[in-house]
Amino acid sequence: MAEYQNIFTRIQVRSPAEPGVSLGPGNIFRVGGMRFSYWAGKLGDAQIGPIYLGATGVLSLIFGFIAIEIIGLNMWASVNWDPVQFVRQLPWLALEPPPPEYGLSIPPLHDGGWWLMAGFFLTASILLWWLRTYFRARALGMGTHMAWAFAAAIWLYLVLGFIRPLLMGSWSEAVPFGIFPHLDWTAAFSIRYGNLFYNPFHMLSIAFLYGSTLLFAMHGATILAVSRYGGDREIDQITDRGTASERAALFWRWTMGFNATMESIHRWAWWFAVLTVITGGIGILLTGTVVDNWYLWAVKHGVAPAYPDVNAIPVQDPVAPGVTQ
Amino acid sequence: MSNSNRQIWQRLILLTVVTLLLAACERPPMDSVQRGYRGLGMEAVINPRRLADKVETNIPPESLPPVPKDGPKASEIYQNVQILGDLGIAEFTRLMAAITTWVAPEEQGCTYCHDQANFADDSLYTKRVARVMLAMTQRANEDWQAHVGETGVTCYTCHRGQPVPAAVWAKDPGPAHAKGLASAQQNIASPAAAYASLPYDALSPFLDQANEIRVISRSALPQGSRTSIKQTEWTYSLMMHFSDSLGVNCTHCHNSRSFFAWDQSPPERTKAWHAIRQVREMNNVFIDATADILPDTRKGPLGDPLKVNCKTCHQGAYRPLYGASMLKDYPSLARLSGAAKSAKAGNGGTAQ
Repeated sequence: MAEYQNIFTRIQVRSPAEPGVSLGPGNIFRVGGMRFSYWAGKLGDAQIGPIYLGATGVLSLIFGFIAIEIIGLNMWASVNWDPVQFVRQLPWLALEPPPPEYGLSIPPLHDGGWWLMAGFFLTASILLWWLRTYFRARALGMGTHMAWAFAAAIWLYLVLGFIRPLLMGSWSEAVPFGIFPHLDWTAAFSIRYGNLFYNPFHMLSIAFLYGSTLLFAMHGATILAVSRYGGDREIDQITDRGTASERAALFWRWTMGFNATMESIHRWAWWFAVLTVITGGIGILLTGTVVDNWYLWAVKHGVAPAYPDVNAIPVQDPVAPGVTQ
Repeated sequence: MSNSNRQIWQRLILLTVVTLLLAACERPPMDSVQRGYRGLGMEAVINPRRLADKVETNIPPESLPPVPKDGPKASEIYQNVQILGDLGIAEFTRLMAAITTWVAPEEQGCTYCHDQANFADDSLYTKRVARVMLAMTQRANEDWQAHVGETGVTCYTCHRGQPVPAAVWAKDPGPAHAKGLASAQQNIASPAAAYASLPYDALSPFLDQANEIRVISRSALPQGSRTSIKQTEWTYSLMMHFSDSLGVNCTHCHNSRSFFAWDQSPPERTKAWHAIRQVREMNNVFIDATADILPDTRKGPLGDPLKVNCKTCHQGAYRPLYGASMLKDYPSLARLSGAAKSAKAGNGGTAQ
């Protein structure tokens, strides 16, 4: 089998288990011990643990567990506590936000209240996990890029489930918890607001999403292709350009006239990923609040082109004034 | 295990996985038919193999041979002929024979509706319902041509040889759920929503009651439209029913870049608009009139009679029976007659 087709790691480095740097004051102990897993080593590092939980980690897990529990039990209740139906229909089941008539008031538990509560616990869990990514990065003396990228995703999550419903004045505008239901919600959202494809921020988000996958593939391929020359030491090569870096750069200059550097490719990738959710969140936030029909908005601003009518007699709305029914 | 053996096993496993992954897919090639301006994806995608199967199950039975028009009227020979009394006796008998093959179970024949000792007797519920159905069919052909066109409908369009058409519906109370929980009326695997997680009883609000189907805003900027996403899901579910019933995708009636814009829609959308109103009338005026006649076995779980939806006639075809007209051979079903005609006159003759 040709080497490039291998999706598994070819080299597993085994050394004495690495416990990590010593922790300063204000940190607690790490748990879980240290061991090696051959199968984990196929995908990533073979060393498992130790894990640093800390207060934010423990609380985040507890809150997350409560949220999943509320969602799961509501789903199970919706099939009358039938375990077989719960498993069979799981992709269809959901915990729905309250009906529109409740607006922003606190609905009774059985009619959307559980949704509000699950949303609270899930949000608390996610925000605590964000604090954890921030503080763990600081504890290791790292930059906080990870935390800010995660914050961008949380922005989109909060817009969908909290900020936009607040602006619209109704919890019912939020997304249900469920596998197919949240997808049907997405399609219905686009239909209600006249086709989200005409939302320029949706366009940007798609461009950044697809751009992210493209950059990811280009970068992964480039580094694998020059790893035989030491290209896998890409961060070293930011400042100490070796033959791997030169060859990679030449390849892209030959094929498209321009190349990233070992530093810039990581900045591009980070911003593409982060902008996917930032622009997406802006697009959702504007929908229904300042734009009610994206197709008509696009017509108004010359974005949506007009096409010739192919019908001999133009189709008319039967309830439009002047049309006999 | 030898190397070649292992390879065979690996291939078998791969084949199984691929088969399972693609089990719900239809194999290519597909035919596509352009139905709008070029390059816009306004096209019907047709699986020619499935279409061949469907065409086979949608071939109408041969019409009974024509009979002379002269001779006495049915009402002069038989008693209690309320709707078809003006028909010549030969044509009347021919139509009755046809209806028997279209609707009645084979082993019962005429006696499915008629008392064998006295055909004029109205004691069987099936006969009284049949009278309502005749009026409904005549009404459809006379007053709903915007939907059924010249092709028209007969009893066979829906019944296909069965006493109850294959696709009927009733109000759906939904599956059992825990008592303390308000039902969202969606989020279960439901054939009525074409297995989406959309509302499972979208027919009641739209094909029985006349709730607003339109949900999309008519203005670029917010101008007070408060249609919710949940409401949109009800409309969406109804559209899934249309699509499923006619075996078509959205672009049969809509330009999907703008579902609401009429000026970009194919003309089929106008037909569907009339169809919605016709089906509503069929359910409200005719089917509901049988509520007191029908036994419980012909009613839904909430006690309402089994009703008509798009699938009742279309049965997966974009035109029922792929456009074959049986009506031209049974012209007596094309016009309101007898009691059905005078009932309409009594209503002031309003069509819609």
